Amino acid sequence: MSDNDYVVQMKGITKVYPNGIAANQGVDFNVMRGEIHALMGENGAGKSTLMKMLFGLEQPTEGEIIVNGEKVSLSSPTVAISKGIGMVHQHFMLVPSLTVAENMVLGMEPKQGNKLFINYKKAVEITEEFSKRYNLFVDPHAKVRDIPVGMKQKVEILKALVRGAKILILDEPTAVLTTQETEELFKELIHLKEQGYTLIFISHKLNEIKQITDRLTIMRGGKSMGVHETADISKEEISRLMVGRDVVLTVEKEQAQPTDVVLSVHNMEYTNEWNKKMLDKLSFDVRKGEILGIAGVEGNGQRELVDMLFNLNIPDGGSAKVNGKNILGRPQREIRDMGVTLIPEDRMTFGIAGAGTIEENLMSDRAASKKYNKGILFNLNAMHEDSDQLIKDYRVLCKSRKQQVGMLSGGNIQKVVVAREFSSDPVLIIADQPTRGIDVGATEFIRKKLVELSREGAAVLLVSADLNEVMELSDSLIIMYNGKIAAYFEDTAVLNDTIMGEYMLGLKQQSIEEIGGVIHGE
Amino acid sequence: MFNQLIDMIFSASFGYSIIRISSPILFAALAAVVAEKAGVVNIGLEGIMTISALFGVLFAYWTNSWIIGVIGATAVGVLIAMIMAVFALKLKTDIILAGIAINLLGGGGTVFLLFLFTGLKGNTASMTTPYMLTPKVNIPLLKDIPVIGQIFSGHSALTYLAFLLVILVWILLYKTAMGLRIRAVGENQNAADSVGVSVLKTQYIALAISGALAGLGGAYMSMYYSQSWNIGIVAGRGFIALAAQAMGQGEPVGAMLSSLLFGFASALGNKMEGMQGFSSYLVASIPYVVTIIGLVIYAMGTIKKVKRFKDNDK
Repeated sequence: MSDNDYVVQMKGITKVYPNGIAANQGVDFNVMRGEIHALMGENGAGKSTLMKMLFGLEQPTEGEIIVNGEKVSLSSPTVAISKGIGMVHQHFMLVPSLTVAENMVLGMEPKQGNKLFINYKKAVEITEEFSKRYNLFVDPHAKVRDIPVGMKQKVEILKALVRGAKILILDEPTAVLTTQETEELFKELIHLKEQGYTLIFISHKLNEIKQITDRLTIMRGGKSMGVHETADISKEEISRLMVGRDVVLTVEKEQAQPTDVVLSVHNMEYTNEWNKKMLDKLSFDVRKGEILGIAGVEGNGQRELVDMLFNLNIPDGGSAKVNGKNILGRPQREIRDMGVTLIPEDRMTFGIAGAGTIEENLMSDRAASKKYNKGILFNLNAMHEDSDQLIKDYRVLCKSRKQQVGMLSGGNIQKVVVAREFSSDPVLIIADQPTRGIDVGATEFIRKKLVELSREGAAVLLVSADLNEVMELSDSLIIMYNGKIAAYFEDTAVLNDTIMGEYMLGLKQQSIEEIGGVIHGE
Repeated sequence: MFNQLIDMIFSASFGYSIIRISSPILFAALAAVVAEKAGVVNIGLEGIMTISALFGVLFAYWTNSWIIGVIGATAVGVLIAMIMAVFALKLKTDIILAGIAINLLGGGGTVFLLFLFTGLKGNTASMTTPYMLTPKVNIPLLKDIPVIGQIFSGHSALTYLAFLLVILVWILLYKTAMGLRIRAVGENQNAADSVGVSVLKTQYIALAISGALAGLGGAYMSMYYSQSWNIGIVAGRGFIALAAQAMGQGEPVGAMLSSLLFGFASALGNKMEGMQGFSSYLVASIPYVVTIIGLVIYAMGTIKKVKRFKDNDK
């Protein structure tokens, strides 16, 4: 195949962010004219970064981008648009109080003869013309805030087309759509393909990919896992390439001796603002002395579950109890007083106060306790002493307890969070992605601590998108898919990547009886 | 006593006062509307008005022309707003701090400037000549209609400009490309950015327009309302205007109605002061009580907005 058949060629792309994270390493990505090309991979695999570079939102550290046979430097979205590249973002770039037609022409407004006023009629005409030509029905006069999500997406696609895009990047376009809307979108995309447009489709939904794409590129851990003809590769093979483990780190652990139920979640339900059911009658128990892992592709309800358990959100129905006491809707102070601690997924927002010192962050959950107060003033000596001890015990690398937490490395910040959350005699530890994006040393340390605490009698709920982690650490494991439990494994020893992948991507679903094993109470 | 009050409220001269008192607030409220639409809180209105008020008088005095005075005040308003814009938009100072700095400058700097330029201390009453004041306009035909004529005719030329500007600002915001961009930038910067609309440039322009409008409000104060410049001439109207913008839902017509409400409260306070049976101290507080009520309504709106935002965020 000659180079001329490619409309986009990205060669040897490497992207290293200023904080040292390499999001892409030597990625080759080629798209042929007039195809629908899927870019697949788990969250964090580097597909978004790659596409941001193609749309000019980020610039590659190394490598070159060739569009229509011409080497280009895409320094901004404006440049990318001028090269015929358009992007439909997952979070719509629309102004809610403006009409569809106004959003369409924003930045390229048609004027009346006097050059002073907007020719709104012309804007409506342009919208209608494009709407008709591409079979993307929208109401030009409706305000964007009043139209359904599916139509918003059409406006986004039309916005790219009206600006002359010939190559369209669609970032998980079906994530916010209902089944019918998805079917409609696919028809429209195929229609666009027939008219000679090239589409890049970011997704991790196997059925969709199989349905509409011609070829696919799979990414994992910032690298390309190869290009395939969609027709020639099985869903199982795709899932293996997407979620396979790279390095296996093992943690020594004794057999768990679980006893009483600590956390009991029953029939929890939640529908989000886009009418998508994020939690669907979710029920499970976590017992004293065990680690229950929750695996799954991100966006299948894990975050919503954790939010509910720490009162960052309220479910539509169901219950959650810790040692028989309700925790839903209770203040965090009260939840913490019951012995529940949280390692939050977003450590910079929910885990620490970046401008505070290490000591202040370590003491933040307990500063009101008697131990650290003398009359109306703090007992600073007690605070200093215990902070120093925690810094030592949890091997936080720092100059002193007075150092600002935000200035530490990711791994050390997480150690500060963990030191605080693990040192308050927790009854239940909720660990949400506890080792994401931190170095190997800190990862190993945190994992060992987690196992240690569970063996000392804490109940641990481990939510992780890292297969290696969730399989190695968990005693039992559930896999979430579409807000439901797709599978429950009492013993994680029987698991391997292939089995996990099939449940995570919705190819398989256990029976109600099999899943029922996760309820241990009466 | 109440009969007296009712008679007073329904008198033509009371209607005239409302319009007279509302005008400067209306200029500033429109200034607040334009800035707010672009996503910038112009908290420096008070300072801009004070400084413009001084320069209006100075330019008029130097040229003996009220027209040049008004143009000068407008230009100075734009200039001060641009200084604020450089600090807030380019150098990324908190806009509230930049605004407070401008307000403090308006309070103290003007006295210094006045002394520097004229040697006068604290007010310009001794400089005033009739040529420096904006003229009253009697509207033909209208002025001869009983009551209506007394209320709506015979105001300063600037008053008519203020009410005309309600329409012009509305046209700017809703009928021009610039207005579309201002609204887009104020509501979703990413959306504007993604189609190549410069957020920075748009906000600069919005603040410049805001400064010009506040400058006109300042000119009205010193070149008509007070007939000269003095310390504390603006007396909180810049802040009342922010409340009027908020109460008016950030729309030009809404801001006009709110300004008239504040004008009504002020006029009421002024008239009641001279009447038997009302504590003059209590009466003097009426406009400010109305302002506080306005701000409470604004705060409730904001809380609702934050809530909605949070709900969306979920």
